[in-house]
Amino acid sequence: MYSNLLTDPLVLCITLPLLGAALTTALPRHAVPLGILAALATCSAAVTLGVDVWQHGALRLVLGGWEPELAIGLRADGLAVALALMANLVALGISVYASGYFRDPERMRAFWPLWLLLWAALNGLFLAGDLFNLYVMLELLGITAAALGALTGSREAVSANLRYLLVGLLGSISYLLGVALLYTAHGTLDLGLVARAIAANDRLFAVDAAALVLMVSGLALKAALFPLHFWLPPAHANAPAPVSAALSALVVKASVYLIIRLWLDLFAPITGLAAAMFLALLGAAAVVWGSWRALRAERLKLLAAYSTVAQIGYLFLFLPLLAVTPPGPPRDNLLAALVLMALTHGFAKSGFFLAAGLVQTNAGHDRIDDLGGTAQRLPATTFAIALAGSALIGLPPSGSFIGKWLLMQGAIESGQWWWVIVVTTGSLLASAYVFRVLSRAFGLEPTPLKFVTDARAEVPALLLSLVAVALLGLASGPLWTLLALRAGGGA
Amino acid sequence: MSLDLAPLLPGTIVLSSLLPGVFIFLVREENHLLRTVLNLFGAVLKLVLVGVMIWGVYLGQVFETRVQIAPGLELVLHADALSVLFVTLSTVLWLVTTVYAIGYLEHSPNRSRFFGFFSLCVSATVGVALAGNLLTFVIFYEILTLATYPLVAHRGTPEATRGAKIYLAYTLSGGLLLLVGAVWLRTLTGPVDFVAGGVLRGMPADMHRELVAIFALLLAGLGVKAALVPLHGWLPQSMVAPAPVSSLLHAVAVVKAGAFGILRVVFDVYGVEFSSELGLLAVLAALASFTIIYGSLMALTQDGLKKRLAYSTVSQVSYIALGAALLGPIATVGGMVHLVHQGIMKITLFFCAGNYAETLGVHNVSQMDGVGRRMPLTTLAFSVGALGMIGIPPIAGFVSKWYLGLGGVEAQQYWVLLVLGASTLLNAGYFLPILYRAWFRPLPNEWPHEHHFGTRFETMGALLWPPVITAAFCLVAGLFAAAPFSPLEWAQLIARREYGL
Repeated sequence: MYSNLLTDPLVLCITLPLLGAALTTALPRHAVPLGILAALATCSAAVTLGVDVWQHGALRLVLGGWEPELAIGLRADGLAVALALMANLVALGISVYASGYFRDPERMRAFWPLWLLLWAALNGLFLAGDLFNLYVMLELLGITAAALGALTGSREAVSANLRYLLVGLLGSISYLLGVALLYTAHGTLDLGLVARAIAANDRLFAVDAAALVLMVSGLALKAALFPLHFWLPPAHANAPAPVSAALSALVVKASVYLIIRLWLDLFAPITGLAAAMFLALLGAAAVVWGSWRALRAERLKLLAAYSTVAQIGYLFLFLPLLAVTPPGPPRDNLLAALVLMALTHGFAKSGFFLAAGLVQTNAGHDRIDDLGGTAQRLPATTFAIALAGSALIGLPPSGSFIGKWLLMQGAIESGQWWWVIVVTTGSLLASAYVFRVLSRAFGLEPTPLKFVTDARAEVPALLLSLVAVALLGLASGPLWTLLALRAGGGA
Repeated sequence: MSLDLAPLLPGTIVLSSLLPGVFIFLVREENHLLRTVLNLFGAVLKLVLVGVMIWGVYLGQVFETRVQIAPGLELVLHADALSVLFVTLSTVLWLVTTVYAIGYLEHSPNRSRFFGFFSLCVSATVGVALAGNLLTFVIFYEILTLATYPLVAHRGTPEATRGAKIYLAYTLSGGLLLLVGAVWLRTLTGPVDFVAGGVLRGMPADMHRELVAIFALLLAGLGVKAALVPLHGWLPQSMVAPAPVSSLLHAVAVVKAGAFGILRVVFDVYGVEFSSELGLLAVLAALASFTIIYGSLMALTQDGLKKRLAYSTVSQVSYIALGAALLGPIATVGGMVHLVHQGIMKITLFFCAGNYAETLGVHNVSQMDGVGRRMPLTTLAFSVGALGMIGIPPIAGFVSKWYLGLGGVEAQQYWVLLVLGASTLLNAGYFLPILYRAWFRPLPNEWPHEHHFGTRFETMGALLWPPVITAAFCLVAGLFAAAPFSPLEWAQLIARREYGL
């Protein structure tokens, strides 16, 4: 369809932010306009890609002209496009916010190249079609994320992010070992070809299972699945606000995406109910423990970080339900609900962190107990927190309400009713921690002068939260159509 | 022409307060005029649209807005006779309450926030009323909780924040139970549309135990807002809210949404005869009767006027549930009509309580000596509301009690008469002393905190006329109960459709 590789949106999604990173490094004086330009261009490429896939079905592209077994492949099916669209829209919002956030020119110059690199890695990860390419993107993502997280230069931030870097490396190495095993066993790195090989060779079960364990546990470490979440709260809570938003909403989501991808596409023939149940139990523990710690958190950003631990947990609850549900509309519902919850969390958590950043700048701190007056001075920001918060709880009409509705429906239908208890407990705890923050918004302080005080920072936060609450909750139908567009195997 | 617009009407009615509400948030605080225009524009537009809908529904026209959220999940807004009853009540009372609130909050801070959430609250109530299936009902029911929370917390005092927190703890937990019940029911039956006569009759007998459990979940979720004992704890606590909000909680929106939900579940999901077969009505009747007596007893012991009124609400709202719990069209009429009657009577009482507090600084019953001579019109309105609550003819409350009593006899549940009798005595016991003090005791030398508004009336016009108007409603609804389009006539229309008569 696209004769020239350079204008293929699949390629542009990755090359445009790379180009932007190069330009902002070369011309640091103009980093902000160049960065915004790159952000807009990347986001339009992603939207174009989305439209293409919507109209023509899943896309696939082989670069470099090697044999399919070893080629660098890109592919975009419904699942990848859904997450990529979310990630690019959120990243655009973060970019606009960041353009006014950094007061210190040195930090600002350091931010843009790293941020655009991270964006390229993110898009690369969503769109990669082979296991090794995925590894490269995963590694790039981990390194840029840790570097960005340490950008404030404070001691806590540096030590938290050094730990984050090491954890990330450990995770990727574990993943790489799995890839090596699979390559030795099946002689290919292409996702589709490996999937077929695994399905065809049940003699190699032991090798495949070992690869599965290595890859998934490496990724679970990077996705901060309980009890491997220890590194996340300090790293996310101490980063600058736009970076926290990106880390919590997008970077963690990338690892979850990869787990889902491997679990459902690659290892589907060998993942049994028991393994799925094990991961879901960890997810349930994450929901309860993460929410509980969020409730006890003293700082707003720490609360948001623990809430991410909990929200990631929900996504794993779907695995045992998917394992027992045969293909058909009920399974489509579960898969769509899983993706819907991931997308809603992406929008809501980025909105939450951006708003929390404004609160922190305005008040000079983010201790929840002393926030009264700040909420009063910044109505739009408080609103963003309220909207994002109700999406985190899963209140209607947010996307996560629909997600939880379908999750509970699936749980009751497949007889695994105990997940309903987990979901309701998690929702109650989430209401408690969200409204613990919101109750500070009502005080005896004077009336705010106007609704929006700092448009460049408040509007992105508000819009991102609004997408999570209104758009995803009331018009999620297209997601079903999009997810039905699957890549047609390895060809 | 009107046929083409019919699918849009229910959605437009919800949006007619939602969109002004969103704009009100953005209005600068000092721009009193623009905010008032937006408020009244939304309220009047909604009233006109509802008028069109009443006429259409009366003629049997179908108004339905359907929006697909996701495959198998539909947002349905559907106007049937029961939803029209509730929509009309909340729309009319919203207009009156808006006028009252504009007067009441004249000089207080944060008015844009207040009226923004106020409009969201009414949009959610209308959404609850028009919900055509259980999913839509749950969605709007939860939005109502969220939109009301900032109103209860509005004053920002520690008591207000605490009251709001308790309100939220109760209603969100209730909402979760309702959600689980709704999801569970959906796994058994598919989408649960509200249909007159119910949809579950045909379920096989081995599922009956599950259906009973689901009913318990739904009732627990709805009972929180309807303030069924022992789930009523939040209602007296949220008395810290400003008077217009109390009116909204007690008469227009929140408590009503719970009671309305019970009616929906009993009549249009389970079906009243099927509920009776499952033995659910007996449980509901017992709960409702207990709540009626308990609320009245508690009201007797309160000195705070708003607290006394709050416990009176606990008691009176359960008349609606009692009407639903008795098998037979006459009791149904009694319950349905009380949905409206309790609303107009209780809103009158709360407006008056607000007037006493704002004008004289009177908050307690013990301070009300001679208040009738200082504020005769307000006290007259209060008296109409109070006598109506007791059930004195020809005020609206009498009609409700009459039909409930007759319904009890029709269903051969004679104990209902006992409950009604006891409740009436208790109602008289906590209202008559107030009236006696107000009219017959001498004026005090000084009011606790008197405020002169510089009008020739006893208080500001925007505060005075709303209760007078709603008191007039109470009289009209009682005197002309047999006229076409009266609440009673409409309740009979609903009962005929529910029982297929």
